[in-house]
Amino acid sequence: MSAAPCLEISNLSATLPSGMRVLRSVSLKIAPGEVHALVGESGAGKSMIGKAVLGVLPTSVRIVEGDMLLEGTRLGALSPKARRALIGARTALIPQDPLTALNPSRRIGPQITDRLIRILGWSASKAESRIRRLLDEVQIREPGRVVGCYPHELSGGMRQRVLIAAAFAAEPRLIVADEPTTALDVTVQKQILRLIADLQREHGTAILFVTHDLGVVAKISQKVSVLYAGMVVEEADTTALFAAPQHPYTRALMAATPRYTDPYASLLPVDAAVLAGLAGEVAEADRAWRPVHA
Amino acid sequence: MDDVRLRSRAPNARLWLAGGWLSLLLAAAILAPLIAPQDPLAQDLMFERLPPFWMQGSEPGFWLGTDSLGRDLLSRLIFGARIAFIVAFAAATAACLAGSTLGLVAGYFGGWADRIISRIVDVWMAFPPVLFAILLVAVLGTGLHSVIIAIAVIDWTRFCRVVRAEAMVQSRMDYVENARIAGFGRMGIMLREVLPNVLPSIVALLSLEMGIAVIVEAILSFVNLSISTDAPTWGGIIAEGRLSIHQAWWVLVFPLVTLFLTVLSFSQFGEGLKDRYDPVLR
Repeated sequence: MSAAPCLEISNLSATLPSGMRVLRSVSLKIAPGEVHALVGESGAGKSMIGKAVLGVLPTSVRIVEGDMLLEGTRLGALSPKARRALIGARTALIPQDPLTALNPSRRIGPQITDRLIRILGWSASKAESRIRRLLDEVQIREPGRVVGCYPHELSGGMRQRVLIAAAFAAEPRLIVADEPTTALDVTVQKQILRLIADLQREHGTAILFVTHDLGVVAKISQKVSVLYAGMVVEEADTTALFAAPQHPYTRALMAATPRYTDPYASLLPVDAAVLAGLAGEVAEADRAWRPVHA
Repeated sequence: MDDVRLRSRAPNARLWLAGGWLSLLLAAAILAPLIAPQDPLAQDLMFERLPPFWMQGSEPGFWLGTDSLGRDLLSRLIFGARIAFIVAFAAATAACLAGSTLGLVAGYFGGWADRIISRIVDVWMAFPPVLFAILLVAVLGTGLHSVIIAIAVIDWTRFCRVVRAEAMVQSRMDYVENARIAGFGRMGIMLREVLPNVLPSIVALLSLEMGIAVIVEAILSFVNLSISTDAPTWGGIIAEGRLSIHQAWWVLVFPLVTLFLTVLSFSQFGEGLKDRYDPVLR
């Protein structure tokens, strides 16, 4: 693809106040319309990357090095206000927990049209018809009724559909999906995943898909970055990764995935030798790393 | 499948009982000159310490009896309700506005704003409230205004603490982060996303605070620091009744019961409202 990548992260490092790095020189590139999965165990910094892109890192986490380019625009070079405006117009989030991602005291309709009207300057009628169409696309049967509901009146799966509709509503170029199926029922997970994949294809939106579930990765993404301790240990096309994982950690993660074909097999933890190897890599990366401005 | 929008639940007994008593009292307060059987200030030593209507020796027209100066107790209670309500509404509203605003700012913005506001609250709450009130009234001079100001100045911290805690919880919710990503400003998010979710608590606390204001006013008038001595305040009537408890128990008991029911009703009314309108609890 000749166009600029939708998102390009180069050498991104972020630290906690203690000076410890939570992201270790992360680089990744997402082409327009591509689904890029970030996998790793909890604490590996997957969500942190998503938050960094969207500009909502916790205040204790500081980006000390690296660049993020959103459609060729360097986010770090913009004023906070311009950055907010750009991120607001070009990106969206599909959150992990649909139970807390909707404001409990506001009706669904105004809550999701608000952004289109107030931030993007759409007319109320345009925003409303857009939302109805999107709710229809996410297979909500009575969009007219749902927009008048409060979040607590909808099931978790319904709320996640609403949030997916809201994320796609403004035709963002990039969506960060932060473990969008983790909080859901197993049966609902599959539907939601298929829904995201379908909408992604139709709308041609690039997705940074954060997950810890390799099964999900195989189904939805074209590319994968495997993270450990804030470090990308392997990046590959999804098919290549599953056919021939290069890094021992990736292999160990794959071996650790439970399989329904053999439900009585005991679960495999990641091998101690692999972990020791990783610790060595992390230490080496930290030794080689000098922050540009201390 | 039943309609999820149907929100009717069993009639909320405490909301209705409390609301009923408060409405009755409010109506009496507003209509006081029309419905009070006697002039609350008229003294008549011929009619001193008349008992309530069901007892031997009562006089028609003096339903709850009279005090040691022959003033009609019911009329004084009704006119006292006026003062109680004025103080309750004005003082609680002022405390609520000041405290909730600061609490919301501290809870949502955090950081320096929170540190400064929280320290002020800590220092403020270290003063014993009743003594603080007496001191304030002594400095400001007696009168209705001073009582209202004193209560507001003392009790805003209650709102600040509660609203700050609630706003902190709400600010960490994903929907606040989502609004941030969408590009909304901090002020807008605070008012549009956070405030509505804190509002049920504010309403409950406002009602509770009105009850507290009624008590504080009664305390201040009991120690003669409210408005002029012969004005019919509940606290003043209680002080009067305390002196003649052995000859005329009713002068003490009726205002106490009224005060008790009113304060209880305010707190129950607030809780009832919260249950009814909190979208999360519903």
